[in-house]
Amino acid sequence: MTALLEARGLALAGRLRPTDLVAPGPALIGLVGPNGSGKTSLLHALAGIGGPGGEVRIDGEDPRRLPPESRKRRLAYLPSSRDIAWPMTVRDVVALGSAAGSKEAIAALGLAGLADRRIDRLSTGERSRALIARALAQDSTLLLLDEPTANLDPAWQIRLMDRLRHVAAARVVVAALHDLDLAARHCDRLIVMDEGAIAADGAPAGLLGGADIRRVFGVERGADGGWTLVRP
Amino acid sequence: MKASALLLLAAAALALFALSVLLPWADLAALLRRDDALGWAIVRELRLPRAALALVYGATLGASGAAVQALFANPLASPDLTGTTSGAALGAVVTAYLLAFTSPLALALGAVAGALIALLLLLALAGPRAETATLLLAGLAISAMAGALTTLALALAPSPFAFYDAYEWLMGSLVDRSLAQAAFAALPGLAAIVLLVRLRGPLDSLALGEEVAQSFGHDIGRLRLRIVCLTAVGVGACVAICGAIGFVGLVAPIFARRLTGGRPGQAIAPAALIGGALLLSADLATRLAPLGRILPIGVVTALLGAPFFLWLVLHMRWRLGR
Repeated sequence: MTALLEARGLALAGRLRPTDLVAPGPALIGLVGPNGSGKTSLLHALAGIGGPGGEVRIDGEDPRRLPPESRKRRLAYLPSSRDIAWPMTVRDVVALGSAAGSKEAIAALGLAGLADRRIDRLSTGERSRALIARALAQDSTLLLLDEPTANLDPAWQIRLMDRLRHVAAARVVVAALHDLDLAARHCDRLIVMDEGAIAADGAPAGLLGGADIRRVFGVERGADGGWTLVRP
Repeated sequence: MKASALLLLAAAALALFALSVLLPWADLAALLRRDDALGWAIVRELRLPRAALALVYGATLGASGAAVQALFANPLASPDLTGTTSGAALGAVVTAYLLAFTSPLALALGAVAGALIALLLLLALAGPRAETATLLLAGLAISAMAGALTTLALALAPSPFAFYDAYEWLMGSLVDRSLAQAAFAALPGLAAIVLLVRLRGPLDSLALGEEVAQSFGHDIGRLRLRIVCLTAVGVGACVAICGAIGFVGLVAPIFARRLTGGRPGQAIAPAALIGGALLLSADLATRLAPLGRILPIGVVTALLGAPFFLWLVLHMRWRLGR
């Protein structure tokens, strides 16, 4: 059986050391790591941004060989920047992902009331939701999200992660996240990035209590259950 | 955008085209009654090339404006504000007066080269996703430089009549061009429009940022180069024959986006039709204005376009509350 996602030798000069990433079946994968550890670079390499970054097969197909319309159904990518310089309505932005999937995506991210507003006039959080809706509308086999929960209020962070759980029932979702607890609660699998390479990869429960988080992030669980800095 | 709206725009442009050929009607009708052959010769040799040039030059400016706006992700970019038209004018003047090549082909090649250099310079100066201020400042600098060099080239020209000779052309004029000259502007212009319209999909996705456009599988470097070359070819060829005409490339895409809902690539085809209609209307205005003499069309578009640009600036200021 072909894996839903099979990436071999992903590399970007100076940013990502040769890396393999395989997801045999549907999964919600949390990508965590300190600033500059290579999360965005790994997402770029998977999305084919910034040159050929290695071999990527999505459901057995190489997305680079596909024309844009079929490629959109294979992979969707949300960049970390939420800047949109162009004056477009939310509805137009989401439809650029896919016209067919836009209605459902707009509803899922609570944008029905904002659909005809210009995206450059929304708050950062609302703009984030509109851009996430664009990626979700593509209804793609592989969904790559760079910090999707950034700028969202706590309720929307939870709603979004629930939605991603739902999406990941049949697809592979890779989301770079900073909130370790949120990642652990919602993801099937965590990948810890450090210095441009995968430092640890496994089930959240095992990883969060282990030495990898302590070593890579320099934080540990305090007595109150929150994260505290490791004392030298 | 609905096909019906596009058809309506096309019908309006065609109607204006017909009006441009037929008006003023009384003189033409009298002439046709008196001397059939002369009447038709006037239609064929004078009015048809003029109407065709207005339609195609306006359409090229509209389509190029929409494409350049999408390329820079900035709704205030246009061939004239970015220095492309001035660059083309400089190229044509250097070719004609310093190098002494005056065939339409040589002029067109010179103008295309000038436009290409101006656009590449702008990309290098302002960067691909320039802030409005940076883009307009860089465009202003390129326009000023090209304008100064154009004057210098005319001053250095061996012909003592160079200034007088080039004046009407530099102000932008559609008058007294032959059908062959019209074809030299129209064919590259039409080709550029068709090819730009075909790039609407990638240009739409560019509005979401380069990373997303790349994730859709578009080669951004190649896309940028294609837009720059097509705009330079279309605008350059038109400038070579008709001189520099301003503001149509800025105004037409803005009107077009009222119809298309803001997606930058989708605005290219309607912007072409609106640009053609605008320049045909401006040309009709030059003929029908009761001044007793014909105004240069570049003056008319500037007289109409500059207040629109001012309104745009004020509108932006009010919106930002400053």
